[in-house]
Amino acid sequence: MIQVRIAKRFAPGQESAEFSLNVELQAAAGVTVLFGASGSGKTLTLDCIAGFVTPDSGRILLDDEILFDAAAKVNLRPQDRNCGYVFQNYALFPHMTLRENLAFAAERKPRLERHRRVSEMLEKFQLTSLSGRRPHEVSGGEQQRCSIARALIGEPKLLLLDEPARGLDAPLRAALYLTLRQIRADFNVPILLVTHDLEECFELGDEMLVMREGRIAQSGAPKDVFAQPANVDVARILGVRNLFEAQITALDPGRNTSRLKIADFELTGPYYPGRFLGDGVWVSISAADLRLSSHNGQNRVPVKLVRVIEMPQAIRLEFSRDITVEMTRAEFERQKDNKEWLVEFPSESIRIL
Amino acid sequence: MSIDWFPLWLSLRVAAIATVVSLAISLAVAYLLSYRQWRGRELLDALTTLPLVLPPTVLGYYLLVVIGRESPIGRVYESIFGSPLVFTWQAATIAALFHSTPLLIKFTRAAFESIDPSYPRAARNLGASEWKVFWRVTVPLARRSIFAAAALAFARSLGDFGITIMIAGNIPGRTQTIAVAIYDAVESGNGTLARTLSLVISAVAIAILYLTNRLERRRPAG
Repeated sequence: MIQVRIAKRFAPGQESAEFSLNVELQAAAGVTVLFGASGSGKTLTLDCIAGFVTPDSGRILLDDEILFDAAAKVNLRPQDRNCGYVFQNYALFPHMTLRENLAFAAERKPRLERHRRVSEMLEKFQLTSLSGRRPHEVSGGEQQRCSIARALIGEPKLLLLDEPARGLDAPLRAALYLTLRQIRADFNVPILLVTHDLEECFELGDEMLVMREGRIAQSGAPKDVFAQPANVDVARILGVRNLFEAQITALDPGRNTSRLKIADFELTGPYYPGRFLGDGVWVSISAADLRLSSHNGQNRVPVKLVRVIEMPQAIRLEFSRDITVEMTRAEFERQKDNKEWLVEFPSESIRIL
Repeated sequence: MSIDWFPLWLSLRVAAIATVVSLAISLAVAYLLSYRQWRGRELLDALTTLPLVLPPTVLGYYLLVVIGRESPIGRVYESIFGSPLVFTWQAATIAALFHSTPLLIKFTRAAFESIDPSYPRAARNLGASEWKVFWRVTVPLARRSIFAAAALAFARSLGDFGITIMIAGNIPGRTQTIAVAIYDAVESGNGTLARTLSLVISAVAIAILYLTNRLERRRPAG
């Protein structure tokens, strides 16, 4: 279990705006994903936990050990923190072979155990035949396996991964996810994984923490966070399309309906408990939930087709009013000769943030 | 006319010793300047840069005051070795050291600072002591640049004139280094000797520059 409550402020520099990190998180065994845009403080959080960066205040607790406590003036050296760290660029020592890289990390172990341990890890990560090569002589995926093996050889109590899938092609990504799932099963430690890839988040994340501007904007299981983003900022970070600023113009609990005024059109939605008449809200609807039609009706809005994008599994249509619709190829074939386009917002699918 | 090669051999020996000592000093100082945050950092940086900007004769004069026969260091040296330190080949080595070390410190520091910080971080993260990080990661990663810088420092050590003339003098067969010998030859109208020694020292310098360029060009992989 890792418990972190830290704050750090960076004064504005010549090329950087002021930034402040203010993070509170807890992670148990399993994969916790730190998700957010570049510059939201994800890697900085890992660096604070690993001890490369000293926070201004707060406390970091790993199991029962205090790694950092500003008030008590405790600040363990990175050497003493026992956190495995997989760097974004792998940081394998280029002047050492893969075996030597692992042996370097194994020097904390008793002398007699080292050799066995190194061989064991080389075997486990399918690197035995490559062990005499230098990092630049092996592929990116192999380098990455080696860097994960190196981070794990000292049996860390926490594993930190900084964008592990970055720069890997699809098959290597799949192999990485498999490796990480294996690690999650074999090593019963918390794994903090930094990414801005949503797929990775769903593939691996038991929990996700959405970071924005140095803070944690929302946390929860990935599917729950995605189903109900806490606010429009989180929705934007998650890449949610179809976000509209709206005002509630009617609420009828009896008939379970509401009226939402968006720019120059109105929609009928379900009743939203806890909201009041006149509230300014954000309406969000999944691109897959929107329907297309060629004639008028309830909750239908006339639009102009701007762009058609062929996706691997679906067709994405971009319309005026910033509306995006996704549909199957077959459905699109039926609709593509429409003279006029109307987008229907199915009432039950309209979420408000 | 036979040429006295003593100044060349003396200079090579002086430069070799000075380079080895200079390298040790530079590794330590460059480490303190690049990797440690401490109070005296700026001061140390300024002090080690000073010899680059002071006229060599001024530096030589200071050294003469510090290691001369009347100074504490000079007296201690004389009581141990039985002879004064100034106007010996050892003094010429000190002169070469002061001439080359500031440059080597700058280059070594640049070499350290050009290393991707994730390597030393990774080493610390894996439990390596600062000593182990330095010798097993930082220095090996910077080794090409350091070798190249040491070769340049060697070339520079060969060429000192100002400090050498102040503290080692111009004693033929004892402290007369090649730069001093060339000056001496020109002064006494021995054009052949001046030309020969100048050509030799130029050849050595070009050879060293060629070597450093080759070292610098083959960047370490990774």
